Amino acid sequence: MPQTLKKTTQRLRQFEKVCEILDRYQHDPMKLIPILQAVQDEYRYLPEEVLAYIATSLGLSPARVYGVATFYAHFALEPKGKYIIRLCDGTACHVKKSIPVLDALRERLGLSEEKPTTPDMLFTVETVSCLGACGLAPVMVINDEVHGQMTPEKAVAYIDEIIACEEKK
Amino acid sequence: MSTAALNLKKITEEYACDAERLKRRVIICAGTGCVSNGALKVFDAFAAEMAAAGLNFIPELKPESGSGTYVSKSGCQGFCQMGPLVTIEPEGILYTKVKPRDVPEIVKTTLVEGGIVDRLLYQDLVDGRHCHGTQDIPFYTRQARTVLKSCGIINPEDIREYIAGGGYEAAMRAYKEMTPQSVCEEIMHSGLRGRGGGGFPAGRKWDITRKEPGPKKYVICNGDEGDPGAFMDRSVMEGNPHSVLEGIMIAARAIGADEAYVYVRAEYPLAVQRVRKAVQDAQSLGILGENIFGTGHSLTCHVMEGAGAFVCGEETALIASMEGKRGMPLPKPPFPAQSGFCGKPTVINNVETLASIPIIMQMGAAAFRKLGTEASPGTKTFALTGHVANTGLIEVPFGTTLREIVNNIGGGVTDDNGNLTGGGFKAVQIGGPSGGCLTEENLDLPLDFDSLKSVGAMVGSGGLVVMNKETCMVKIARFFMQFTQNESCGKCVLCREGTKQMLSLLDDIIEGRGTEETLDLLDRVARAVQKGSLCGLGKTAPNPILSTMRQFRAEYEAHVYQKRCPAGQCKALLTPEIIAEKCKGCTACARKCPVGAITGAVKEPHKIDPDKCIKCGVCKETCKFNAVTGV
Repeated sequence: MPQTLKKTTQRLRQFEKVCEILDRYQHDPMKLIPILQAVQDEYRYLPEEVLAYIATSLGLSPARVYGVATFYAHFALEPKGKYIIRLCDGTACHVKKSIPVLDALRERLGLSEEKPTTPDMLFTVETVSCLGACGLAPVMVINDEVHGQMTPEKAVAYIDEIIACEEKK
Repeated sequence: MSTAALNLKKITEEYACDAERLKRRVIICAGTGCVSNGALKVFDAFAAEMAAAGLNFIPELKPESGSGTYVSKSGCQGFCQMGPLVTIEPEGILYTKVKPRDVPEIVKTTLVEGGIVDRLLYQDLVDGRHCHGTQDIPFYTRQARTVLKSCGIINPEDIREYIAGGGYEAAMRAYKEMTPQSVCEEIMHSGLRGRGGGGFPAGRKWDITRKEPGPKKYVICNGDEGDPGAFMDRSVMEGNPHSVLEGIMIAARAIGADEAYVYVRAEYPLAVQRVRKAVQDAQSLGILGENIFGTGHSLTCHVMEGAGAFVCGEETALIASMEGKRGMPLPKPPFPAQSGFCGKPTVINNVETLASIPIIMQMGAAAFRKLGTEASPGTKTFALTGHVANTGLIEVPFGTTLREIVNNIGGGVTDDNGNLTGGGFKAVQIGGPSGGCLTEENLDLPLDFDSLKSVGAMVGSGGLVVMNKETCMVKIARFFMQFTQNESCGKCVLCREGTKQMLSLLDDIIEGRGTEETLDLLDRVARAVQKGSLCGLGKTAPNPILSTMRQFRAEYEAHVYQKRCPAGQCKALLTPEIIAEKCKGCTACARKCPVGAITGAVKEPHKIDPDKCIKCGVCKETCKFNAVTGV
């Protein structure tokens, strides 16, 4: 019983933040995208029950909100790892061999296109179509830090460094 | 005479007065490229070293700053390859690839003693001479930086500096001395065409919107630069956000709008931050807001972040996205000029287009027309990337040839390791996923909207990706098709299904399953998608395929008929072979081969059994004598 109670209070607290965000945007259905962006900033992803809650409070159908959440590349319906590694596969990065870097990263972490996040929730590896740092191709971004002129070796070294650092903690 | 007019002049005078007290100015490029190479650490190093040398370090220019060295961060200076870049004024010295450990020497030699640190100067690729600064580096001297002129010089977060350079004067003139009609006419006379891809005359777009009835109209600045390989809008928003705002103000005046939106791609956090700050600063000075320049007109400006959808670069999809819907395009007409955001007449212009507006108003339509070609006046920024020695952001007048851009500004074609190669040029991909390829025979074509269209390419947003002979064009076509297939919004059947089919046909070719029918089918599907799609994304999605198929037909045929990739990039089509004369029989490859396909006696030439070989390429990597070919 106490376990359930704990969960319920957790839930309530969860929706408190959502309510705050909804208030900030005056419950305006036109502001759905900024609302979802703010919610994702808060939770790092869009939990399903939160999507349903947003739909109801904006007077939209859950399908409409779900449709928007799945349409845009920035919204994630699954939780992501602590370190989000985004490898640029824009044209410039592609011709400068970004794919071998991606392969090396995935191999090091045991990930694939279908399985982007490690089971320990430490890393998510994804590709983006262009980060606009083409002069430094190929480019890799760890959370918000941009690293240019990547090679498979350099990329794996960064991962090893993070893992070593995490293990120390 | 309004108070606001006095203010602009006063700000200019005050700024000039503050700037006059400065001994020197150090400009550190803080564009995304240089920052990722450590420009911010260089900035910190200047603070520390200058304090140690007893120099007055001024990070922000204020009336109380006094005399000393103003160290400011600028937007992208374009020469990303050589970053972090540090410029020292008034001497005009440009130091490249500056690391924090170089800063003590710069402070001592240049700031204290007034000399030059030769080893940090740019060295010309051809004759090896040291270039002093932008005035003698070919990358810069051969450009005509107009829209980008102040980018990389001014401090983008200091509205005073923008004003001191004549900023917001054009907006003031548009509001106080001109009628909406005369503003539209001025832009129409300049012949400015939209820089976002379509090339529609900007002035005409404004005029159509101006004539629409109704009190409520909107201006939208399209900063959803989604083309992979293009970053000029990002650089302008980061490097000179006020020029975009001024363009928006003039557009709002021309059509009679009192509300504007800047829609910025979420992948550009720095651009979002800079534009937001610019809007706030303009509001607090009273440039934006109520009663602009005392004319009774008002303009509110909002900044909105995109959520990651390439199709939102299309104007009707962008509007849908702003209204909180999925970014799906709508049939036109009605055009946004008639019924756009919230059903009201709306002008949507690209960032670069809007940043050109204040320049046109300042220099006059006639002077602007003198730049570029008859049908495409002005200059265009291109993101020059790929296999070229100098990558970065460039700006040239329309009508410049590709040869000039690749060989002179770009410094020539490089191999995969970045070394210059004599004759390695294969093609340039222009215009991103909607564009096409230009080959050696197009090198002397003067680039403009119409000439590019005539050879099956387009200016697009201006991504220029240079490719060397090691690049497989079928794979490049596949790369773009993968992109458009991902980004197709799914509304039109032909685009949704067609891109998928084209992608799998290309996969067939790359993986050796292609037959005579594949090429024919690919061509037919491509033409059908072109005809049957609603928006620009689908209509232009087959361009990379059609253009490569036309120009590199032999390469496609080699893949299909001979099961061979001439560039040696398609793994499934490779047959590794050992050149007997080069093989020393060291057995290294045979030991590394995971499937035991390599046999041969010690000190005798080895052989690869093609039936066993899985084409992994490990033999080539292992061989010290370059005896393995074809992987």
